[in-house]
Amino acid sequence: MKGRSPSFGGHLRRPVALLWMAAALLVGVLLSVMVGSVDIDPREVARALLGIRAVPDDPAVTIVRQIRLPRAILAGMVGACLALAGLGFQAISRNPLADPAVLGVSSGASFGVLIAMLLGLTGPFANPVVVTLFAFAGALLAAVSVYAIAQVDGRLPATTLLLSGVIIGLFFTSCVMLFTTLLASAELQGVVLWLMGSLGPTGGRTLAVLGLVLAIGFGVLSRQAARLNLLALGEEQALQLGVEAERVKRVVFVAASLITGAAISVAGSIGFVGLIVPHAARLLLGPDHRGLVPAAGLLGGAFLILADLVARTVAAPTELPVGVITSFCGAPLFIYLLRSRRGGEAS
Amino acid sequence: MRSVEVQGVTFRYRTGQGVEDVTFRVSPGELLGVVGPNSAGKSTLLRLLSKVVTPERGRILIEGREIAALSRLALARRVAVVPQEFHVAFPFRVVEVVMMGRYPHGAGGGWGSARDHAVARAVMEATGILDLATRRMDELSGGERQLVSIARALAQEPAILLLDEPTAHLDLRHARRVLEILLDRHGSRMGTRILVSHDLNLAAEHCDRLLLLARGRIAALGRPEEVMTTAHLEAAYGCPVEVERHPVSGRPRVQGSLTRHGAPPNTVSQHSPDAREAGSPNGQLGN
Repeated sequence: MKGRSPSFGGHLRRPVALLWMAAALLVGVLLSVMVGSVDIDPREVARALLGIRAVPDDPAVTIVRQIRLPRAILAGMVGACLALAGLGFQAISRNPLADPAVLGVSSGASFGVLIAMLLGLTGPFANPVVVTLFAFAGALLAAVSVYAIAQVDGRLPATTLLLSGVIIGLFFTSCVMLFTTLLASAELQGVVLWLMGSLGPTGGRTLAVLGLVLAIGFGVLSRQAARLNLLALGEEQALQLGVEAERVKRVVFVAASLITGAAISVAGSIGFVGLIVPHAARLLLGPDHRGLVPAAGLLGGAFLILADLVARTVAAPTELPVGVITSFCGAPLFIYLLRSRRGGEAS
Repeated sequence: MRSVEVQGVTFRYRTGQGVEDVTFRVSPGELLGVVGPNSAGKSTLLRLLSKVVTPERGRILIEGREIAALSRLALARRVAVVPQEFHVAFPFRVVEVVMMGRYPHGAGGGWGSARDHAVARAVMEATGILDLATRRMDELSGGERQLVSIARALAQEPAILLLDEPTAHLDLRHARRVLEILLDRHGSRMGTRILVSHDLNLAAEHCDRLLLLARGRIAALGRPEEVMTTAHLEAAYGCPVEVERHPVSGRPRVQGSLTRHGAPPNTVSQHSPDAREAGSPNGQLGN
């Protein structure tokens, strides 16, 4: 035991828990590849993935490699991005209710993407980096506004934070609606689908950009994880323990906005992932961010892959927007958290 | 070498509150009480000493080194602060919070060496919270939280401990326990301590010296019997004050009750919150 165990008393030990979460992610990917309009059995999946072709031009291989696996990877990365963003915003605002959608940051990112659309920078041949940057700028703009409005005497009271998040979110949603009406009707259906949150087919380059941004976000949060723990004591005490609190907050703030923007730019607005996943991770592992960062990444991926699987299959052949599923899970949890809040947060 | 040296320090918030041209020294191992009315600059002084704010004029030396030149981590290895209120945002466990005090001693981001665990255990033992180690912070009472806060500060192994009203919101039993720790009754080898308190009697009873602040300036500095005079206190607080001697310790004491001697009604209402705070736990403790 070596005196380590008390830190995790009542919680799972970190390496064990992370292994389980990685396993859940893998199972999620497998399920999502197997289940759909055509069910593919595990052996065929394995063959398709490993490139052992029994039959040339086997349709199962095409479905697995061209459609379902990219979709599962996309869902996994978007889920990880949103969960990590939520975790980051929660840590720096000392509030477990912070989530990119609740804070209006997602709406800001959508607004950025729509600007890019209006400028003709989207479409099948567009550079995904450019769109991501527009979404990032929109996310950052919204996040800065929310924090500026919510700040009272250098503190972030939970109520004003949530209220200003709602206001800024509504404002950017209105901007999005305004610009949507200005778009040519040919583009409209795609925009509406994207706005509802969807994990449709995506190109390899888009996946690569998303993966890169996710890696950056994960790296930043992992590096700051220990300092994020100390931030839970409040900014002044973090300073008195040797943490440059303002700098840590800024870095995490920008990183969380970046991964939110990247996720929104490919998958549209998918709410509550950043709320549900960190909460679940905290229940399993406790609030130490050194465990929560990898846990949020793994669980976020697994969660959105499974939510997408449900969205695809529950009303088949109709496909529900995955955002509907996440909101149906997230809204009750949000209400529960709001009602059961004990003192201790920055109030 | 002096433990703490404050030389001509001035700092003002935008509201006008702060400290003005403050100069004093604290010797190693000394317990200095900082007293004075509300918004006299007591907490500002602690924020200056812990580099949360930086002086506009003057300088502050900790163990002979100017804090402006020390990194935050280096400062946190020398100076620890027990804040007035201690809230932890997420449901951390007591031992995790105490271990946070080891952060300045760890290399970079990670901490958790065998020595860190040993120190955490020792300070939890010294503060009597070892049995709370795996409890969640949000399940603790205010008094227990304050003990965790002190253990967290002690885990920094500071040469200098700054305490901001550590007994203000505590019941008698917890206030007494905090005081025993602070006064080193358990042989935990306390270093230099600077104690900010509203509680004049508590400060006079236990501190080696007192520093009386009023409107950001030092009104008096010296042994309790030199500082706690009717003249000094009436000038600082702006109301009638009666000072008497403690029958056993011989230390000066402020008359607790304001009503018996008929202080003017306006001064009573102005200062009654202080008086109430000062009156409750310490009156018994001083005896």
